[in-house]
Amino acid sequence: MQTNPCKLCAPLGASLVLRGIDGSMPFLHGSQGCATYIRRYMISHFREPLDIASSSFHEETAIFGGRQELLEGIHNVYKQYSPKLIGIVSTCLAETIGEDTQALISQMKANNELPEDVEVIFISAPSYAGSHSDGFRQATKALVEQLCIKGETKQQINILPAFLSTEDLRYLREVADSFNMPAVILPDYSSTLDGEIWDSYQILPKGGEKLESIASMGSSLATIELGSALDNSLSAGSALEERYFVPNYRMALPIGVKATDRFLDSIAKITKNPISTKYSRQRGRLIDSYADAHKYISGKKAAIFGDEDMVVGLAGFLSEIGITPVLCASGSMRSNFGEAVSEVVKDAKGPIVIKGNVDFIDIEEDIRMLKPDILIGNSKGYAMSRRLNIPLLRVGFPIHDRIGAQRILHIGYQGTQQLFDQIVNIILERSQKDSSVGYTYI
Amino acid sequence: MIRPEKILPNPSKVKEAILAKYPAKIARKREKSMVVNDPKLDQEIQSNVRTIPGIITQRGCTYAGCKGVVLGPTRDIINLVHGPIGCSFYAWLTRRNQTDPGPDGDNFMNYCFSTDMQDDNIVFGGEKKLKQAIQEAYDIFHPKAIGVFSTCPVGLIGDDVHAVSREMKEKLGDCNVFGFSCEGYKGVSQSAGHHIANNQLFKHVVGLNDEKPTGKYNINLLGEYNIGGDGFEIDRLFKACGINVVCTFSGNSTIGAFEKSHTADLNLVMCHRSINYMAEMMKTKFGIPWIKINFIGAMATAKALRKVGEYFGDKKLKDRIEQVISLEMPEVLKAQEDVKSRTAGKLAMLFVGGSRAHHYQELFKEIGMDVVSAGYEFAHRDDYEGRKVIPTIKVDADSRNIEELTIEKDPERYNLRASVEKMEKLKKKGLEVSDYVGMMSDMQDQSLIVDDITHWESDKLIEYYKPDIFCAGIKEKYVVQKTGIPLKQLHSYDSGGPYAGFKGAINFYKEIDQMTNTKIWKKLKAPWLSSNKESSINAEYVSA
Repeated sequence: MQTNPCKLCAPLGASLVLRGIDGSMPFLHGSQGCATYIRRYMISHFREPLDIASSSFHEETAIFGGRQELLEGIHNVYKQYSPKLIGIVSTCLAETIGEDTQALISQMKANNELPEDVEVIFISAPSYAGSHSDGFRQATKALVEQLCIKGETKQQINILPAFLSTEDLRYLREVADSFNMPAVILPDYSSTLDGEIWDSYQILPKGGEKLESIASMGSSLATIELGSALDNSLSAGSALEERYFVPNYRMALPIGVKATDRFLDSIAKITKNPISTKYSRQRGRLIDSYADAHKYISGKKAAIFGDEDMVVGLAGFLSEIGITPVLCASGSMRSNFGEAVSEVVKDAKGPIVIKGNVDFIDIEEDIRMLKPDILIGNSKGYAMSRRLNIPLLRVGFPIHDRIGAQRILHIGYQGTQQLFDQIVNIILERSQKDSSVGYTYI
Repeated sequence: MIRPEKILPNPSKVKEAILAKYPAKIARKREKSMVVNDPKLDQEIQSNVRTIPGIITQRGCTYAGCKGVVLGPTRDIINLVHGPIGCSFYAWLTRRNQTDPGPDGDNFMNYCFSTDMQDDNIVFGGEKKLKQAIQEAYDIFHPKAIGVFSTCPVGLIGDDVHAVSREMKEKLGDCNVFGFSCEGYKGVSQSAGHHIANNQLFKHVVGLNDEKPTGKYNINLLGEYNIGGDGFEIDRLFKACGINVVCTFSGNSTIGAFEKSHTADLNLVMCHRSINYMAEMMKTKFGIPWIKINFIGAMATAKALRKVGEYFGDKKLKDRIEQVISLEMPEVLKAQEDVKSRTAGKLAMLFVGGSRAHHYQELFKEIGMDVVSAGYEFAHRDDYEGRKVIPTIKVDADSRNIEELTIEKDPERYNLRASVEKMEKLKKKGLEVSDYVGMMSDMQDQSLIVDDITHWESDKLIEYYKPDIFCAGIKEKYVVQKTGIPLKQLHSYDSGGPYAGFKGAINFYKEIDQMTNTKIWKKLKAPWLSSNKESSINAEYVSA
């Protein structure tokens, strides 16, 4: 039994990826509740419009299959939205009844039953296998596999982010720009899920990676794949490498100096262009602040929980600044999660508990024993933070009890700087609060 | 101010324009779900029919109606979701139901329980995993009851949640375990889930404890889910009036209260859609009459309390109710007057729920606002047109899927609380016993009523009416606000509430005042961009 889970379902991650493509519409093949629940949940995080279509299965469909509903639904979405891409994502229901959705779509294409000027692709992401972060990867991989075509090598790089904030995605684009290098970022929901107020109604929000750019990913110089707790079965980077010989640089999320160095170095090597002085300065300031604040945080303990890639990224960063990530926990159960964490925490002092496939009951139990000074994770840690009286820094997904989740920058020197300042200040505030003296000058 | 007879413009043209965009087949279907209201006529509206695939609907699934709505707000039942992880996660506190742990301290509201089904359970069955989960929940929490909710894969792979529940109930001995076949694909919306929840609660819980209540005026409050603390405000009023609530279905409810609920003398029905089955079954089996009441709106609240006084017919009770009302009203009227000076004449649209779109019109009326268009997400024709149409509603395959329990008089415990003569008398006094007149007769002439509104329709209607506020849920919130119109969530109340009762009404007035009069909607455009273009948000509503 999972009590207070620390993971969401795969179709959510897949839908998010589809929201990061220009003119794209996610379409869940199953019960309409999946689309409704996933919309309501993601909207509470992003606070933006977010449409997901559904084939609205009912009892008969569940028995006889959903071909008719799928076809009708695709046509209705096409008529209302004029999308460039409809991404059909399977749900538990379609998969459980053994619906071969891929075959149905191929058959519809062969019979000319589908509108001509829209790409229809299929992503298998039943909720009973993996988590939302797996669904995210499955969708990215499916898109690459179904949309890429081999062409002449192009002066461009691929960036495959993890389940990140819109601010993070903007940062990735900015980095590529700083190298004067066009980048295909899949997915890029930086505008579609953090848009401006509208002048006129937008049936599909503007932005997202272009289909033709995605098609050209097989021609890029290289791929930067963010997230080290990832095996080849879920990796779009590996798929590009295998099919189109695009070298894949898989690495932990660039949180902290070391990880960001590696990230920027890799792009510099691939593009043969130098790292912008803007970043060297940001790096310098970050290290300067490490020096300024080390006495406040050295030897402190943190518990981290959330998506495996976010946890790995944070664990590496914390180890770097002298905070021991005493608990690194994820609700997901990817087999290489432990290995990925171990790799980045070599410098950390003291024992570190690494746990996958845990819920918040397990996490809270560990936290009671380990007594960390700070919790770092999503909003679902709030109840535990309140009960245990340990401050919580909200990062990742979902964040629904604070405003601005989209605008948290987690990555790069700049994102690290923001996380660092917040962590130090949370610890200072706590010591100030707990002090009998009440120091006003620290 | 003398208002013209037809206050609202005739929306027939915009309706035509909306339908013109649809393919013929869909236009024919949607046409029947959009009615230009004439409160004097008996008009029919199509509702509770299948959602068209690929049209973005507000609706949720059967599981959402059963677990999320009806059973979700209970506090001492462990609601265990049998299925993959998402379903339970998405229903985890998202409706903002509130609970008070009470003296026993049991409160599982903050928990989210799931069997977290995996591939191998889909292939080999999940009953073993479910049994283990029930055992685990029992061992850790020792709850008085465990409810098991089926998600889509469960019925399809042949897991029998009812058999497992029976077996575990027997094994555990002191824990009532009952299952719900509320797979998401059953029925056309969450409405099917309400019915399933009503049935199972009635079958497995109601009537288990015959202990008589201690109060003099004993009622149940049905269809009140304590969102944003509504139930607490209503409870406060009942207490002040000396009315004893045996059980609320199901805000902050306990299994113990459900078990005794058949001992009450009157059922008050708040959300007709989600709970009318329970009211009817209790009437048939135990002889408890029900009346439709509404605690949303100060006048509605006063009316609801007076209905209770009238039903019991006791002068002492009636006097006390009047005393409470006169004590509460001055503050309400003061807030009303103040807010009204800024909200009068503003327009509202409501597309929400199965009762809320009706109830909340009271609050808007009280601050002088007009409801130009409204509709439900998952209601049936009786919620629009009144219960008188029930015999004429065609039962389709989707409704037939949902079990209709055959209820008979309980041979020992049936006790007709109010004689036929008394009921007749009450009816003459305007107290509709076991009846609901629906939303349409309460709405203005030429208002537009739309069932299960689609994205396209709401966008066009916003463009047409340019309302000052739109009421729906979080899924609609940000798309509406992008166009410069504030959206008030009436499912989960954003971060506010309570809105029920007298204090709730004041909260609501103030919030609507703030939302419709904030200057933010006038500052959407940068000054250097707005000089030449006319901003759509500044347009004024013009009556036809």
